[in-house]
Amino acid sequence: MSSLDDIKQTFFLECEELLEALNDGLADIEAAIPDDTFDTETINAVFRTVHSIKGGAASFGLEPIVRFSHCFETVLDLMRSGKVRPDTTNVRVLHRAADHLADLVAASRSDTPLDAAAGDALLAQLNALAGHAPQVAAPVVPIPDVTSAGPDDGDLAFLPLAIPFDFDPAGAGEPIPRTFRIEMTCSRELFANGHDPVHLFRELAALGDLTVEADLSALPDFDALDPLVCLLSWRLELLSEASEEDLREIFEFVEGLAQVRIEASSGAQDATGSQDAVEAPHELPPPPVATFDADPAARPPAPETSEADAPSTRREAKAAPGRAPKSTVRVDLDLVDSLINIVGELVINQSVLSQSLSDANVAHRSEIGGSLDEYKNLALQIQECVMSLRAQSVKQLFQRMARIVRETSEIAGKSVAFETDGEDTEIDKTVIERLIEPLTHILRNAIDHGLEAPDRRRAAGKTPTGTVRLSAGHRSGRVVIEVSDDGSGINRPKVQAIAVKKGLIAPDLQLSDNEIDRLLFLPGFSTADSVTDLSGRGVGMDVVRSEIQKLGGRVGIFSHPGKGTTFSISLPLTLAVLDGMVVDVAGQTMVVPITSVVETIRPDLSDLHMIGATSQVIKVRDALVPIVDLGMIFSYRDEPVDRARMVILLVETEQSERWGLAVDRIIDQRQVVIKSLEGNYGHVDGVAAATILGDGKIALIIDPEETARMADSGSAVASLMSAAGG
Amino acid sequence: MTDALDMQGNATRELVSFAIGEQDFCMDIMLVREIRGWTNVTMLPHAPAHILGVINLRGAVVPIVDLAARLGLEPITPTERHVIIIAVLGDQTVGFLVSAVSDIIGISPSEIQSPPRATSENAADFIEGVIADERRMLRILNIASVLPRTRVVEEA
Repeated sequence: MSSLDDIKQTFFLECEELLEALNDGLADIEAAIPDDTFDTETINAVFRTVHSIKGGAASFGLEPIVRFSHCFETVLDLMRSGKVRPDTTNVRVLHRAADHLADLVAASRSDTPLDAAAGDALLAQLNALAGHAPQVAAPVVPIPDVTSAGPDDGDLAFLPLAIPFDFDPAGAGEPIPRTFRIEMTCSRELFANGHDPVHLFRELAALGDLTVEADLSALPDFDALDPLVCLLSWRLELLSEASEEDLREIFEFVEGLAQVRIEASSGAQDATGSQDAVEAPHELPPPPVATFDADPAARPPAPETSEADAPSTRREAKAAPGRAPKSTVRVDLDLVDSLINIVGELVINQSVLSQSLSDANVAHRSEIGGSLDEYKNLALQIQECVMSLRAQSVKQLFQRMARIVRETSEIAGKSVAFETDGEDTEIDKTVIERLIEPLTHILRNAIDHGLEAPDRRRAAGKTPTGTVRLSAGHRSGRVVIEVSDDGSGINRPKVQAIAVKKGLIAPDLQLSDNEIDRLLFLPGFSTADSVTDLSGRGVGMDVVRSEIQKLGGRVGIFSHPGKGTTFSISLPLTLAVLDGMVVDVAGQTMVVPITSVVETIRPDLSDLHMIGATSQVIKVRDALVPIVDLGMIFSYRDEPVDRARMVILLVETEQSERWGLAVDRIIDQRQVVIKSLEGNYGHVDGVAAATILGDGKIALIIDPEETARMADSGSAVASLMSAAGG
Repeated sequence: MTDALDMQGNATRELVSFAIGEQDFCMDIMLVREIRGWTNVTMLPHAPAHILGVINLRGAVVPIVDLAARLGLEPITPTERHVIIIAVLGDQTVGFLVSAVSDIIGISPSEIQSPPRATSENAADFIEGVIADERRMLRILNIASVLPRTRVVEEA
């Protein structure tokens, strides 16, 4: 499946970085030999890189890499704990091992077999090194036979060493126009969600010759017709060279709102059996190629083979190793940042230009006016592209994690139901990339240590299948990613005992539950009784914490004995993109995150009531909702906003309390890039961050949660004051 | 902050001199990123009086400090003729509103005197030294002391 190939390519890209870090680390160790000043963190870092390669390779069933890196990291582990001294001879072996590991990775990537002799010799050397230590613990847990996965489990069944298929030459040639038959039945809510099938059809028509036939049979008489309810269905025929994925990408917009059935039939004479009628049930997650919108420029050309099914992609990968698998470029983040800023300036510059043109009374229709319009369009297009470089939905990350869960559960012998939520949450691309490792660790721990074995679950009155849930969302101005399991929770006495045994804490230390939970994040802590391929080297959680901290985030653990554990990763919004409602507050432009806005109300004066001198409430249906005057709470003005003209944004806090934020008017609704205020200034109460609007002005992004809290304490003061006055 | 002076040794220090109201100040040229005209700011709620607001400096959110107000002088009412000095100290970028930028001067460390102790405690905190010649007195601003305080780094 193409998703698998994508993920695998990502793994190889990461391997490149890891191998580079590995070599750097070894060089550092080597440099420290003469004066005997070893930084344990360096050895730790080297160990982690090998461990990460091993972990990733295990996920893809790349057994040669796993077997070799396991021996490799055993030596490094011994070195880390001081049982093997890093001297010149040893480090030379490690260097050679690193080179060999790179060869193994390259061999796996290009699917060419590697001479086993060199590896065996090195393995012997590594084992000899490990043998110097008092005890050698390097049980290689067998890689599960991934081919034994069910036939419906296409991702799992991928085996890189499979015998090459014969490549179908028909698929490799020029794209062949095919006829797609598409049936689309819309749910009644389609229009209510702001969709219009006409746009979809237009996009389809851009791909080839399209005929559309509407099915009006479900329509009632004209008198009974509700124009807001969609009762139509369509039959479409499209003759196009596009792939089925391209088509599905178009229909992605109406996912969940329409039943779409796509049938492809080849117009070519030499159509093979497998090319017939590939049904695309839309409920399935669409292939990640379609969701990977973040870098449209880097997207590979759509596969020109007529089948979008798994075997074809696999066959392609086997038969054409020479072709670039996916051409992406890793770009320095600072470069992207400065590009974003420069483009922002460009857009502002453009608006300044058009302003001065109109000031100079240059006719809009003139040549220069027309060129300026073009300039404006181009600038906006560049801005859109550049912005999309950074923000990306977490969907692909979640898909990758689903794979980790499947494989871990198989190895651990536990049955796991994996649930995800908030896949559309957009996070900075780099953040996504750097979340892979921590999330992998957390998920493996959740399955390996969190969930009980099926028989113990039954004994505890739970379903034998454990549930692991991965969710993402924006909350209180931060991105929160949570991994929760319904396992046994953290065994606190055991955790504390282990920490004492490992000398991490003093034996007589009194710790609160939360403090005990946090012991898991200490370097060198591991509750795993046995060393496995997947987890349990004690590198897990401390790496998780340091990685998340590097992203400016925090990790929290919430555990309930017998009920499960939740890991909560909270990341700052700094680089994230947010859907915001741009509002006018006493002449200042502010942004309210749309996710927290339940509805907007232009209140009827009869629904507004004063409580005391300053507090105001609004009646929303049957509930009374307190009103926060944003202009007042931010001290932009002393008088409340004009009641007759104000607009109320109804927001809901995490505690499900409702508040009405009173603003002067709503200006716009748009995606904004979040800029931190805290780097150069500091935190402002009630403000989550800032953003830069199209005119170059800064607007503050309101934190509705905090604003409501401020209003809460403010009204308490107000009521005290009025009590004192009365 | 006196050690900053010691570190300079005998090398000539280049300073940007500027006026705040009637008084002349200067700061190390290495701290100055750029000098730009006044632009309208976005007000920050609950900010101290000397924080005028924030501006967009090529994509970065930069707070603007009214140096006059910060030093306890008569606050400046900004107009187009006023000037913002963008200074970078460590990771922090800040803009200072001043009346005018005068010139760039080279000063040898021997010409720099310690701030006179006679001044009130408060004002002396902002000054790391003074340079006096026949015509005028230049106060060397201690930038670190007039920066807005950023968020204390959270530690888990």
